[in-house]
Amino acid sequence: MKRSFGRLLLLAVLLVFPWVLKDAYYQHLMILVLMWVAIGSGWNLISGYTGQVLFGAASFFGIGAYTAALLLHKLDISAWWGLPLGGVAAVLLAFPFGWICFRLRGPYFALATLALNEILRNIATVWESLTEGMVGILVMQSFVSKIPYYYIALGLAVLSIVLVDVVMKSRWGYYFVSIREDQDAAESLGIDTRYFKMVSLCLSALLIGLAGGLYTNYMGFIDPKVVFSLHDISIMAILVGIVGGVSTVYGPAIGAFIMVAVQEVFRTGGFGLLPALGKTTGWPFMTTLARYVSEVHVLSFGILVVAVILYLPNGIVGDWSSIRRALIFWRRKAA
Amino acid sequence: MAYFEVKGITKFFGGLAAVNDVSFQVEQGEIYGLIGPNGSGKTTIFNCINAYFPLTKGEIYFEGKKISGLMTHQICKRGVGRTFQVVKPLKRMTVLDNVIASAFLHTRNKSEAVDLAEKTIEFCELTKYKDKLAKSLPIASRKRLEITRALATKPKLLLLDETAAGLNPSELDEAIALIKKIRDSGITIIIVEHIMKVIMTISNRILAINYGMVVAEGSPTEVAGNHEVITAYLGEDYSAQS
Repeated sequence: MKRSFGRLLLLAVLLVFPWVLKDAYYQHLMILVLMWVAIGSGWNLISGYTGQVLFGAASFFGIGAYTAALLLHKLDISAWWGLPLGGVAAVLLAFPFGWICFRLRGPYFALATLALNEILRNIATVWESLTEGMVGILVMQSFVSKIPYYYIALGLAVLSIVLVDVVMKSRWGYYFVSIREDQDAAESLGIDTRYFKMVSLCLSALLIGLAGGLYTNYMGFIDPKVVFSLHDISIMAILVGIVGGVSTVYGPAIGAFIMVAVQEVFRTGGFGLLPALGKTTGWPFMTTLARYVSEVHVLSFGILVVAVILYLPNGIVGDWSSIRRALIFWRRKAA
Repeated sequence: MAYFEVKGITKFFGGLAAVNDVSFQVEQGEIYGLIGPNGSGKTTIFNCINAYFPLTKGEIYFEGKKISGLMTHQICKRGVGRTFQVVKPLKRMTVLDNVIASAFLHTRNKSEAVDLAEKTIEFCELTKYKDKLAKSLPIASRKRLEITRALATKPKLLLLDETAAGLNPSELDEAIALIKKIRDSGITIIIVEHIMKVIMTISNRILAINYGMVVAEGSPTEVAGNHEVITAYLGEDYSAQS
């Protein structure tokens, strides 16, 4: 009762958010967070619950994004059709990929997904007659205001959380976790492990593909380096999962919030603090530092991963009870 | 046709015949023992029966239908359950969740699966561990969890792979009692076991193998008195004396 009340309250806050905070910058950040909730949930389903580590979330994200862009660019169909069709296209990619690559187990499967990511990025770069290569594709945004995008992203995030929650409480959920814990034991319990790994991969591709379709519509511009990016999409998806908490329903939501914030802090040099310091003090050192900081956000991912693995191996949601204990202890000490 | 029949199965690993032309038949309702020295191919036979390894040669029939060539999960669905010698609990799941996962085999309804799982756990007397994580269980309970999980798939034939190994004497008696209870519930059992106390007291018939080949078959007393079996276990000297 208390939990569902908390969820409704959170949903209500998210629903009124764009009307309270009218600054487009914060709305933009929230849209990114909500998009990452969907990607993180998708990643969590196949990697967290089913235990098949996905190093190539960007393959599905990019396919979704390019589906939307190409529909408009080549067929002159509204890019909004690309939102659902992007999800479908990602599933269509996941199907043959899973069929072939689920013969591989553990790290070998992870490497195969990494390879898929790189292959697709290269194809999108080289096949210029279709994808315009590195020039990228421009899609006119349909809305000037961010609010419609915000609600679509919110809908997608809620859909992904509800989907993960419902699936994990069902027969499929039990099967996914069994496969993660011991594939041979699962097989001998009458679980068709290949089939259920496919189901899990397709569901996760669907969520990530939908997010890709949304990305095209919202950002209005895609190129292979952005949507098939290894570090900005694939690795980020893994980080969203492990920072928030692997195999927890709400982990990717927390992870998305933190990761988008961290990325933004680094990109803007501490929300403009470092460049401003450079300007006011006039030290060339500060300006250089500001420039480097904005370029090394990938490095910050590395530091964050080390910290999370050392101190919160189950992520923030997974280790919540120990975090809370530490906080209470700290407060007592202060008092 | 026998209830369960293995016809001339052979399994090569490279040039090594781990199982060489083994045939046997199991009747409904009996406990069939499989013995042999270490490395003689007992577990390999199990792995061949439930298609964990593909067969090099031979056929396997269950209830008159061929099951060799099917996938592991399909064989389980036909009613052949198994346990592993090196236990494979689903570690980060509770005991109840472990059993629920296997109880989903014959039902899609969650409350039915939970019901079946709870009944099976009670049948195997694991109720006090129900909400514990599988990785926190001691070995005797893990072995019992293996059996519970296999039972929740409602098998007609159960393959038990050294379920009594590593147990202390009192746990051993409990394990024997459980196996008898499973047989009395109408499940046919094939059991691999090293502990003679177990295999001699519960088996109806025993198959002795060595180097992947059949050495002897018969009632426990017949097999225990067989020269070749004694040779296989203790060497030429002892078999000559007896």
